[in-house]
Amino acid sequence: MINYLIRRLGTTLITVLVLSYTIFAIVQIPPGDAVDRQVRLRQTQGDVVTREEIETLRAQYGLDRPILVRYYQWIRGFLVGDLGRSTSGRRVNDLIAERLPQTVALAVAGLIITYAIGIPVGIYSATHQYSAGDYIANSISFIGMSVPGFLIGIILLYLFYKWFGLSIGGFFSVEYKSAPWSWARLQDLINHLWVPLFVVAVGSTGGLIRTMRATLLDELSKQYVMTARAKGVPMRKLLLKYPVRLALNPIIASIGHIFPYLLSGQVVIAIVLNLPVLGPLLNTALTNEDIALSSSILLIQSLLAVFGTVVSDVLLAVLDPRIRFERGAH
Amino acid sequence: MIPQPQVRHDQAPVTESDLLLQVRDLRTYFRLDEGMLKAVDGISFNVYRNRVLGMVGESGCGKSVTAQSILQIVPKPGVVQGEMLWHRDGQTVDIGGLDPESEEMRAIRGNEIAMIFQEPMTAFSPVHTVGNQLMEAYFVHGKLDEAEARARAVELLDLVGIPAADRRVDEYTFQLSGGMRQRAMIAMAMMNRPRMLIADEPTTALDVTIQAQILRLIRRLQAETGAAVLFISHNLGAVANLANDVAVMYRGKIVEFGTVRQVLKNPQHPYTVALLQSIPGFGYRRGDRLQSIRGSVGVPIDPPDECPFRGRCDRFDPALCGGSMPASVEVEPGHQVACVLYEARS
Amino acid sequence: MSDERKSSPSPTLARRKKDELTAEERFFAASQWELMWRKFRKHKLALASGVVLIFLYAIAVTFEFWAPYGPISEQGLINMRPTRIHFRNEEGKFVGPFVYGIEQVVDMETFKRVPVEDKDVTYPIRFFVHAEPYKLWGLFETDRHFFGAGEGKVLLVGTDELGRDLFSRILAGSRISLSVGVVGVAISLVLGSFFGGIAGYYGSWADLIISRAIEFIGSIPNLPLWMLLASIIPLDWPVVRVYFMTTIIISLLTWVGLARVVRSLLLQLRTMDYVKAAQLAGASDMRLIIDHLLPGMLSYLIVQVTIAIPNTILAETALSFLGLGMRPPAVSWGVLLRAAQNVQNIVLRPWMLAPAIVVIVTIFVFNFVGDGLRDAADPYK
Repeated sequence: MINYLIRRLGTTLITVLVLSYTIFAIVQIPPGDAVDRQVRLRQTQGDVVTREEIETLRAQYGLDRPILVRYYQWIRGFLVGDLGRSTSGRRVNDLIAERLPQTVALAVAGLIITYAIGIPVGIYSATHQYSAGDYIANSISFIGMSVPGFLIGIILLYLFYKWFGLSIGGFFSVEYKSAPWSWARLQDLINHLWVPLFVVAVGSTGGLIRTMRATLLDELSKQYVMTARAKGVPMRKLLLKYPVRLALNPIIASIGHIFPYLLSGQVVIAIVLNLPVLGPLLNTALTNEDIALSSSILLIQSLLAVFGTVVSDVLLAVLDPRIRFERGAH
Repeated sequence: MIPQPQVRHDQAPVTESDLLLQVRDLRTYFRLDEGMLKAVDGISFNVYRNRVLGMVGESGCGKSVTAQSILQIVPKPGVVQGEMLWHRDGQTVDIGGLDPESEEMRAIRGNEIAMIFQEPMTAFSPVHTVGNQLMEAYFVHGKLDEAEARARAVELLDLVGIPAADRRVDEYTFQLSGGMRQRAMIAMAMMNRPRMLIADEPTTALDVTIQAQILRLIRRLQAETGAAVLFISHNLGAVANLANDVAVMYRGKIVEFGTVRQVLKNPQHPYTVALLQSIPGFGYRRGDRLQSIRGSVGVPIDPPDECPFRGRCDRFDPALCGGSMPASVEVEPGHQVACVLYEARS
Repeated sequence: MSDERKSSPSPTLARRKKDELTAEERFFAASQWELMWRKFRKHKLALASGVVLIFLYAIAVTFEFWAPYGPISEQGLINMRPTRIHFRNEEGKFVGPFVYGIEQVVDMETFKRVPVEDKDVTYPIRFFVHAEPYKLWGLFETDRHFFGAGEGKVLLVGTDELGRDLFSRILAGSRISLSVGVVGVAISLVLGSFFGGIAGYYGSWADLIISRAIEFIGSIPNLPLWMLLASIIPLDWPVVRVYFMTTIIISLLTWVGLARVVRSLLLQLRTMDYVKAAQLAGASDMRLIIDHLLPGMLSYLIVQVTIAIPNTILAETALSFLGLGMRPPAVSWGVLLRAAQNVQNIVLRPWMLAPAIVVIVTIFVFNFVGDGLRDAADPYK
């Protein structure tokens, strides 16, 4: 197990290096850079920009040095927690820190809803196969999975406005946007929160119900279930001890794979619903060639993905003795 | 390697007091889209203490479903009908009338009647230890002493011949070999000292050398505990080796019944005859060709009321076999055959 | 049945004709495709969805004919609500479908020009009319349209801020949006079969590297990566080049799903006795793959492809919606949806939501077909 972890860490490190360089290099590809953009903007305003000025700007952003040097500086900064400066002039750390709490909170709340609904409904569906409840759960989860979240978001925005005159975009109404915390503000937040939560959770909940149902049905048909029944184990106890536990193992283990989605899994929904989370920030950063900002977000996210895979693998080994022993044998 | 019916000292005449389970007109049907699958279609037999009843027939003839019906653990959408009188300490319960999920039924399952399954690979949960699964059989029947349960589990694992049982008890089943797993399964079935043991093809998935060991183990345990055994197998050799009586099943029906000697030495039903001719050993001489039964058992979906074997029978006679399912006829004391050839004679 | 048995007690399966087989025998004797089709047919929703799908693609291929107007020709009526189609004239008499002429009247309160129906002018809606000329597939020059109202304007779902007919634009957009699904999945099928095939067929270290890569690409959220890749498409590229680039970018991430399926199917099939037997009989790698492995996995691949197409369509829609994929003058559903990006816009012109509904219907239909195929792929279950 220890050996396995060390080896795993080694490959992970290499992956991270390759990945971070790839991201850094791709972000630089578009012709022209942020300085060109700025210069063009000032020229349209009638300014005269001298060559020297351009050079100074370039040096200021560090754009005059070769890419490997810039990559090294970026990574070094990243390691000590300095993500550089956005083209807007603000520190990338601040920009990300500003939006991080809402982003993670929204994703975690969505996750909790997904698991709280998905797992019990999936279990019900599998144990009551072909019943009316199973049929309904199946249809709803199928619809949930098929419907593209951001389009539902758009339609909900319109319907709420039309029916209730409510603007449900964002996290707060205009009057509470920068107001200090109060009960009314919290109320306002809750009013705004459930639509994005619904849109964020509907697809993943549908997916989880279907996965849970399929894996549990698979487990229910296995021989060990009949063995346990023949022993005289009561049905409910049997269900929870054997098939549900076995069906849950991969689902619990997959929690690691969700990590990267915590940051920007729902970019388009966030843009549609005008949510102040990281997704829209990444979008503007990419369109404005804000290299420091976009590559930071992407790298953090990829690191979470790498880290999440390791977490998932470890969880799976903890939960399933078969995998634990297989790896121990290596 | 030629299996021969063995004369055993315990073949004393059976008495009423040894009667443990009376199965009367057992029917287990599965309602499918294609029609009604009559997996077990009106069979009757008795199970006696201290005796082994062998049940033989090709795959898909309803042997396993019979076993599952006795424990009321038939998978959906199976429905069990018929009488199954379970005699214990002067008391009689009709298992056939119990709700499969009732406390009463659960109290019988794994406690009074235990079962050994065919696939030792998949019959255990892969994420629980051997001991955990053995002790569970103990706990679900109201015995709660943890230390005692563990001691019993180790004792039984040792008894069934698992070396270093006190260590193995904490291992997972995938760490055991196939034969060891089957031994552990037998140990699990014995946890509550059952009065009856159902062994559903316990050796089919094992190597030939292991098979013999497992058969010997079952026979030893049966002799030591005096339990009744319902031994299901398509291996006639194994049945000859272990059983006192034999029921031959075909398409959900018992077509011949008798003692091992009667059925295997003097088979009467054309199906039994064909079955015996298809394996080397019984009455074969060097140079004889091995026979096969043409066709296959088929699936009894909405079967007509007629002899199930008529389509494959060598002695099929349109004049005789036109009618409904022939009744069982006693051709010699204790030897019953369901075939028109004998129906006509009597 | 019993009569037949009596006359020929032992007919073997092979000797009898097909129609003489019993239901049970037919079940076991049917080919894999026959069984799949039989099972799929039972799934009525999937069957209906399949018909709708064929219909959608047929329109996408020939949209110039079905659309009453060209996708970029301006109709002079800006932000116009959907035209009302009337069937009865002022007297209440049924005269067939027609539209009234449109007048621009100045609203005395807001001093804005408001379009109003001019009841004095009627234009009947006719079929197979001559209207705006076009060149179908760049080959056939014609001006025949499925329907039109002559001089009148029949704007089924209204117009956009430039006065272009949204209905015609949705039909036009279907060509890009629907084809991105097929082309994109075709590319990822090639990539997926190649890498998944190498991993599953040759195993060992090739498998190790490829499955690591598959696992990794699969673990990162797709959309941000797509955004990253799409952001490097130069703004001055022509539409066709942007189209292929977008499609390739989408495929760069979707191939891993197909590769995973190909790999695991191959690993499974490799151990099958019939494959081993063919190998021992001296079949070449190529022959083994084409004669034995491909037929074994084809049905599963078809299912996977059907499931992958709607995801690809959605990816294009999302990217174009963000301004990173297709962009004007190209017309795709995602491009059309850009007009629905802010709520004021939607409230003023709710008909701009129409493309969203079309996308949702398309995705649903694809998923129903995929679901039906998935069930049908395991005919013995």
